[in-house]
Amino acid sequence: MKNNNVGYLLRSGIRDIGKHGFMSFAAVCVMVACLVIIGGFCMISYNIYCMVSELEGESELLVLIDENYTEAEAKSVGTQLSQIQNIKDKEFVTRQQALDNYVEKHADPSAFDGITAETFRDRFVISLEDYDKLDETIAEISAIEGVAEVKSPNEVINSFNAIQKMLTVATIAIMIVLSIVSLFIISNTIKLAMYDRREEIAIMKMVGATDGFIRFPFVIQGVILGILGGGIAFGLEWGLYNLIGNRIATAGSLDLFTVVPFSNVVWFVAAAFGVSGLLIGVVGSLISIRKFLKV
Amino acid sequence: MIDLKNVVKSYEEGIRAINGIDLHIDDGEFVFLVGPSGSGKTTIIKLLTAELKPTSGSVHVNGCELESIKKKKIPYLRRTLGVIFQDFRLIDNLTVYDNVAFAMRVIGASNRQIKKRVPYVLELVGLETKSRRLPHELSGGEQQRVAIARALINNPAMIIADEPTGNLDPQRSYEIMMLLEQINALGTTVMVVTHEKELVNRFTKRVVAINDGKVISDGMDGYYAYEE
Repeated sequence: MKNNNVGYLLRSGIRDIGKHGFMSFAAVCVMVACLVIIGGFCMISYNIYCMVSELEGESELLVLIDENYTEAEAKSVGTQLSQIQNIKDKEFVTRQQALDNYVEKHADPSAFDGITAETFRDRFVISLEDYDKLDETIAEISAIEGVAEVKSPNEVINSFNAIQKMLTVATIAIMIVLSIVSLFIISNTIKLAMYDRREEIAIMKMVGATDGFIRFPFVIQGVILGILGGGIAFGLEWGLYNLIGNRIATAGSLDLFTVVPFSNVVWFVAAAFGVSGLLIGVVGSLISIRKFLKV
Repeated sequence: MIDLKNVVKSYEEGIRAINGIDLHIDDGEFVFLVGPSGSGKTTIIKLLTAELKPTSGSVHVNGCELESIKKKKIPYLRRTLGVIFQDFRLIDNLTVYDNVAFAMRVIGASNRQIKKRVPYVLELVGLETKSRRLPHELSGGEQQRVAIARALINNPAMIIADEPTGNLDPQRSYEIMMLLEQINALGTTVMVVTHEKELVNRFTKRVVAINDGKVISDGMDGYYAYEE
């Protein structure tokens, strides 16, 4: 395609959007709805991912040592713990320290007057590198001689992980379905414009237009509709996210949830919506053009 | 230059539209291609414009071997041809000027080239005063002149006219044929597909008659030889 044509072809593509205004409007609306839903699922999934990461960061394992071990013997277990790769940090806590910590946590220390340090066990407080390998690491620790029990907060983490996995699957499924819906509506809009100009296309072919020349205005049309849809969806997503985020922040019963600020992901979301809009526009237009080029 | 050698074209339904045609048209010739409906005239045009590929045989047009031409080369072949149709095939919402300029734009001509060439060609077909009119504001003969101008605009080596006078009265038909003759006199090869015996008889040109997908006569007699 020669440079002489670019202006003409751009005008031609833009003119067709206006010519089929209602269909173009409908295509953009459907696309906005699809992208907002997809974006919503992605944002929920991302928030849960952040929550799980945070929980993992704060979570520590408690490795309780056999009660028959002396303090020195208990401390020596640390050498074997050091050999486990997934352990990031470990801190040895004596029976006495464990008692002191326990008493400190309660309002009335006098209630524990009769309790001795022997009631507690020596222990290690451990943090991990990768909480995805939690179960394997617990198994490795439990196998060490002298380890009586390993306590972990994995139930909460596992629950969130399970929710996140389900959400990821749901998001991917919804993404596929809604992308197909968007492609379908964009492709139909372009098809309508092409049908309207089918005689013109036949004449173009007859006078020696290349397929690229014929395709270009329709691809431009798809790109403009796609980017417009992506842009509006981005703005809407931002507004809705902040609105819902603020509601969650002010609702006292939802203290567990900390909503990730939109500003943290704004560029990523903008790029994702822009690229999605662009791809849907280009692919949607290309799949509708083929039939009309067979002259 | 057109060179068809033992060309056969069968459609999927088993219909054999062209049945071993040999035809040679030299550069600068004026040829009438005549024959009854269903004789294979339209199929020949489609073969010459690479809308169809022959089932067997060879089709050479302006240096291109169409039996093996690649899809991306077809637009470049078509730029060497100017095709005119019975129903004019103009774009309704474009002016006469833009309908003609459109064919130049398609091949990437600059605005400067378009501004220089379009008025010249419109003058050649006698429409210089009607360049701002829309097709529906013109008579049938004038619309066909626009179609001829569009066919001529890229200076093709050959004009293929498919029943160009089918929608016109005898006087307009004669004028269009005279115009094609003038174009031929400027060096462009012209092939006119027509049913109109009277019109063919008014010109002393080579007439190729086909029937049942075969050439049944080819001569300079200027009439429907196969009817004799």
